[in-house]
Amino acid sequence: MALNPDYIGRVYGPGAPYEVSRVKIAEFADAIGDVSPLCRDREAAIKAGYPDVIAPPTLAIIISMASTKVIQDDPGLGLDYSMVVHGEQQFTHGRPLHAGDVVVATSTVDSIRALGATSMMTTTTDISTVDGEHVCTARSVIVERGK
Amino acid sequence: MPPVRYDEVEVGTQIPPRSYQLKRLNLVKYAGASGDFNIIHWNERVAREVGLPNVISHGMLTMAQAGNFVTEWANGDPGAVVELGVRFSKMVPVPDDDEGATVEISGVVAGKLGDGRVKVDLTARSGAEKVLSRSHAVVRLP
Repeated sequence: MALNPDYIGRVYGPGAPYEVSRVKIAEFADAIGDVSPLCRDREAAIKAGYPDVIAPPTLAIIISMASTKVIQDDPGLGLDYSMVVHGEQQFTHGRPLHAGDVVVATSTVDSIRALGATSMMTTTTDISTVDGEHVCTARSVIVERGK
Repeated sequence: MPPVRYDEVEVGTQIPPRSYQLKRLNLVKYAGASGDFNIIHWNERVAREVGLPNVISHGMLTMAQAGNFVTEWANGDPGAVVELGVRFSKMVPVPDDDEGATVEISGVVAGKLGDGRVKVDLTARSGAEKVLSRSHAVVRLP
């Protein structure tokens, strides 16, 4: 089933605030094999000029995916999640996320395209602190494989 | 290792490739840490039912390893990575054995953008397949 093109241009969010924690940063760094002390040792991070331990650059996917999941779960879009693979992903960071950040995400559907039985959807997620400081822009392309 | 400095970096410089092993346990840990519980990353029965060759890795885990690769080059500072963009050109099947899959990541300095920022073009291969293509990072160097 092709994705519903009426969803192009729709904006979702801002969603519920997400608090970046030291525990999640360390857990995520362990899972991906990032060995940097800046993700685990607050003193080391402060010495390097950061307010607290910092997140690896792809931790923002936790926040952007929670935001785009609201779009993907919308029954009107017509997405079969079991057929979804990730096509492209980009993060542009104004600064690294750090422990103590409280951020909100807003996602926009940029495009929906069909290539035969395959559908592609591009979304952009803006991640900002609750005080309005822009931290990261995440752009994602997901591919729904045709059956 | 001496620090990598903006003034000393030359366009065309190859960053030595590194290999990362991906076993089922890595996928389970990544699923838990990231919250991405898409069933194709942990259930071989369902993965095969939807036409995949096996359980496949989270593309985001390969991307995260590309992030580790450039972080290490950028003097070990994950905060130096101001941009990371990848295209997942092939899936990485992860067999249920002691070897799993291996992803080799390589990079080349593609441009000096000013203000201490360097563009690095990235490639990741698993076996004969290019699993990340048209991928890049922008890192800030001292």
